[in-house]
Amino acid sequence: MTSATCSTALPPAAQLDTLTRGSAAALFIYLLRLGDNALMLGHRLSEWCGRAPVLEEDLALANMGLDLLGQARSFLAYAGEVEGRGRDEDALAYLREAGEYRNILLVELPGGDFAFTMVRQLLYGSLTQRLFEALASSRDSTLAGIAATGAKELAYHVRHAAEWTIRLGDGTEESHRRTQLALEELWPYTGEMLETDEVEHALIEQHIAVDPSRLRQAWELALAEVTEAATLQLPRHPWMQSGGRVGRHSEHLGHILSELQYLQRTYPGAKW
Amino acid sequence: MVTAMSVPEVACRQSAARARAWAAAAAVVDPELPILTIADLGVLREVRIDEGAVEAVITPTYLGCPAMVAIALDIETALTKAGFARCRVTTVLLPPWSTDLMTEAGRLKLKRFGIAPPAGKASRRALFGEERIECPRCGSSQTTRVSEFGSTACKALYRCGACAEPFDYFKCI
Repeated sequence: MTSATCSTALPPAAQLDTLTRGSAAALFIYLLRLGDNALMLGHRLSEWCGRAPVLEEDLALANMGLDLLGQARSFLAYAGEVEGRGRDEDALAYLREAGEYRNILLVELPGGDFAFTMVRQLLYGSLTQRLFEALASSRDSTLAGIAATGAKELAYHVRHAAEWTIRLGDGTEESHRRTQLALEELWPYTGEMLETDEVEHALIEQHIAVDPSRLRQAWELALAEVTEAATLQLPRHPWMQSGGRVGRHSEHLGHILSELQYLQRTYPGAKW
Repeated sequence: MVTAMSVPEVACRQSAARARAWAAAAAVVDPELPILTIADLGVLREVRIDEGAVEAVITPTYLGCPAMVAIALDIETALTKAGFARCRVTTVLLPPWSTDLMTEAGRLKLKRFGIAPPAGKASRRALFGEERIECPRCGSSQTTRVSEFGSTACKALYRCGACAEPFDYFKCI
């Protein structure tokens, strides 16, 4: 995400003029939530580089990580514009404190094994793809553009993750055990994807944001189809973890940041 | 001596300049697929001239495509070389880029280069349908997907069962 010295830029968002100050503050947080999710999950995927079980998966995980990084960059660049305090995507990615990140806890959990990684991609991707597809009709055209492009990328991630979930779940005794365990460990972290608070409420009313609860049914049906083919049990317990979206993170985020931010914190403004 | 030009003359000069600017920008190639120009790819959306300043509008293939920065720089260089000192490159995301925008010429070039061009339309059905990808070398449709993700975000890796060669497939998106 090093800034390049060319004049390429997203066009100035004309629609910003029509936002009230309150909505701009809400939109800023909303964009951080979307961008930070992609940034942290992309970082987790990048940790697989050189360690995946087979070469094809090494390529796949790095490719998906790059897609997510591209989505993060787009959301955070626009967040900086909306905020209007001169912060660009690099400043937002590299120079915030842990409590200022707005990603859900699901994406900051340590990578776990390959089954854990694939199940997380499935849980996150299948809901986020639907969210992005709905956001493609947002009244905010910059947000709509990022979401429309991102949705097509996520469609491939979801297909990949679903194929692996089925292969592992319906595979050997050991792969089944690990995949079922991953599903149970990750499930309590999915509730945050469906949450809304006053930030979203204001934006949903203006047809800028999308209420994720209206995607829930289709998402659960799609998940059930995959888990059934994978001979896995979808957990049904209602208790859910929460906190990342308002900046209350697990201890894992600090460890991600110590690696992610190391270079910019040690050599401020470094470029290569 | 200043000669007053009629309105059609001005319009004609402007459109000639625009055509020249388009040709310069359109000839820029994708640094990762140098056989394809950005016009072949459908990445170059528009070239506008406003009072002598040129604006080239591009749409990224993927949000994280690392080639976009190089492409933007190459467009500026090409326009400057073509005599347009004042130029800039703007990125638009809507409507999103799709393999449907790739020209027929572009698809042929890909195939000759040994990369299977995107098959069919980028509708959901094409994305997830069980369609056959033809081997760009021998034309056989006895091919299998080796990896969903290939050497770049836009490609998948396939293998031909007839000629046994591996090949890249430019994914529909």
